[in-house]
Amino acid sequence: MNLAEKILAAHAGKNEVAPGEFISAAVDMVLSNDITAPIAIKEFYRLGVSRVFDPSKIVMVADHFVPNKDIPSAEQAKQMREFCLEQGVKFFDVGEMGIEHVLLPEQGLVLPGDVVIGADSHSCTYGALGAFATGMGSTDIAVAMATGDIWMKVPPTIKFVYHGALGKWVGGKDLILYTIGEIGVDGALYAAMEFTGEAIDELSMDGRFTMANMAIEAGGKAGLFHVDNKTQLYIKSRANRDYLVYEPDIDAVYDKVIEYDVTSIEPQVSLPHSPANARPVSQVKNVKIDQAVIGSCTNGRIEDLRLAAQVLKRHKVHRGVRCIIIPGTQQVYLEALNEGLIEIFIRAGAAVSTPTCGPCLGGHMGVLAGGERCVSTTNRNFVGRMGSTKSEVYLANPAVAAASAVAGMIVSPDEVMK
Amino acid sequence: MKLKGKVFKYGADVNTDVIIPARYLNVSEPAELARHAMEDIDADFVKKVRPGDIIMATTNFGCGSSREHAPLAIKASGVSCVIAHSFARIFFRNAINIGLPLLECAGAVENTSSGDVLEVDLEKGKIRNLSSGKTFTAKPYPDFMSRLIADGGLVEYTRQRLAHT
Ligand code: SF4
Repeated sequence: MNLAEKILAAHAGKNEVAPGEFISAAVDMVLSNDITAPIAIKEFYRLGVSRVFDPSKIVMVADHFVPNKDIPSAEQAKQMREFCLEQGVKFFDVGEMGIEHVLLPEQGLVLPGDVVIGADSHSCTYGALGAFATGMGSTDIAVAMATGDIWMKVPPTIKFVYHGALGKWVGGKDLILYTIGEIGVDGALYAAMEFTGEAIDELSMDGRFTMANMAIEAGGKAGLFHVDNKTQLYIKSRANRDYLVYEPDIDAVYDKVIEYDVTSIEPQVSLPHSPANARPVSQVKNVKIDQAVIGSCTNGRIEDLRLAAQVLKRHKVHRGVRCIIIPGTQQVYLEALNEGLIEIFIRAGAAVSTPTCGPCLGGHMGVLAGGERCVSTTNRNFVGRMGSTKSEVYLANPAVAAASAVAGMIVSPDEVMK
Repeated sequence: MKLKGKVFKYGADVNTDVIIPARYLNVSEPAELARHAMEDIDADFVKKVRPGDIIMATTNFGCGSSREHAPLAIKASGVSCVIAHSFARIFFRNAINIGLPLLECAGAVENTSSGDVLEVDLEKGKIRNLSSGKTFTAKPYPDFMSRLIADGGLVEYTRQRLAHT
């Protein structure tokens, strides 16, 4: 069996599972947020139960529209707060919260070998830890909160092998944008993606989270990485429960194996309005921007902020460009502060915010007007994603976004670091 | 169950951000969401849609976010079912869970235009284009999904399961 099958079989109490099989899997962690929890809470009570199956395996994070952007979003956050208090479930509120997919791994709430479901499509992020993690809707989450298990169809797995060494300014974001550019936004529809190869071994944990995060952008159900020394090191100080490490069998069956040589891959930019419109940054010419956003569950980790700071140091954000930088969690914020990154950002003329999804989904903290263009380290550039349906979003890595903020147009970091 | 309605046809990768934009996600009332259904891909949709009408699209319908608000908005707008080449998986689950029927049938999509009137027999998966007279058969659901649908969605299915334990 491959990695996804191993984890799912263990959680279904079976010796073996095969793609297409319907199983009921025990869940190790169930997540929801301020958009999806209100519906989940309503459906939970419709089930006729009064208590969650295990409060320690449920977590709620208010991150999309908080600090509350308006009265209705304040009501949504309040509903979650009250439900969590009543049920003894951990709620991450303002002052403690971060963007859910940066926060849960950081807090040791998701671990290798887990089955994690989240009422948020980017729940696939935790696959970076060698977990089977996938996004679902509110009703699925309501049922899992009540019963502790969830129905699933075992997905086929596509194995991706990345050979060679990564070039300058090239990281997890570029590999995943490149991959989606190659296979398309439904290239891995219903499938699990298993990421392997020398280039992946070299990638930091933060880079792996970025890649796993965007598996959904290829239609994937999950994006999984093998557990290695880097994973173990990341987990060591965070885990406070047992976990199991699964490895794919040598004779594991894959639906497809796709291999790339990454040596010549440049930093990638995905043009509007699809993550699959990926191009090497050198081919993106004369694209003037009004805003640059650095943050989100894709690139709001400390390594991302270090990259941005490396570029913004001794530079100024271009006149007419709003550069908005959002650390993913309070801990990332604090680390950035201690390392002097926040000062670099402020001196460069960037706005730094408390953790929130904010502009990533056109919520608040940087919504775009008609005709505006934004380079963003987020994961989606659909029509209207960050505001007006007449605005445009270009997806890139944090170094490209920072360099573009300085140049006033989309450029390679080399252009401003000359 | 037999459904009948006029077709609103769209292309590939119709995503949840255009089905129900995030700016409306500070509420979750279906009727409220329905007022903005499909707004960013078809501003007139809400004005034109009538109970029973059918949405059609090509591949990967509903890709993007996990927001259950997307199928809720479509259902509450009066749409009786969505027919596409293929659906994004979270959207598929959500729709089945809340009782919005989905049919996978590339043939029907390829041979239907916006404005055509269709008659759909959900149990048999039969789609009849009343404007052209052609008939098509959708891909059948796996047994497990049929049971979910027959029980009226995941909540009902689980209620019964919990009652038996
Ligand atoms: S940062 Fe963006 S993509 Fe990530 S959870 Fe928040 S809204 Fe979703």
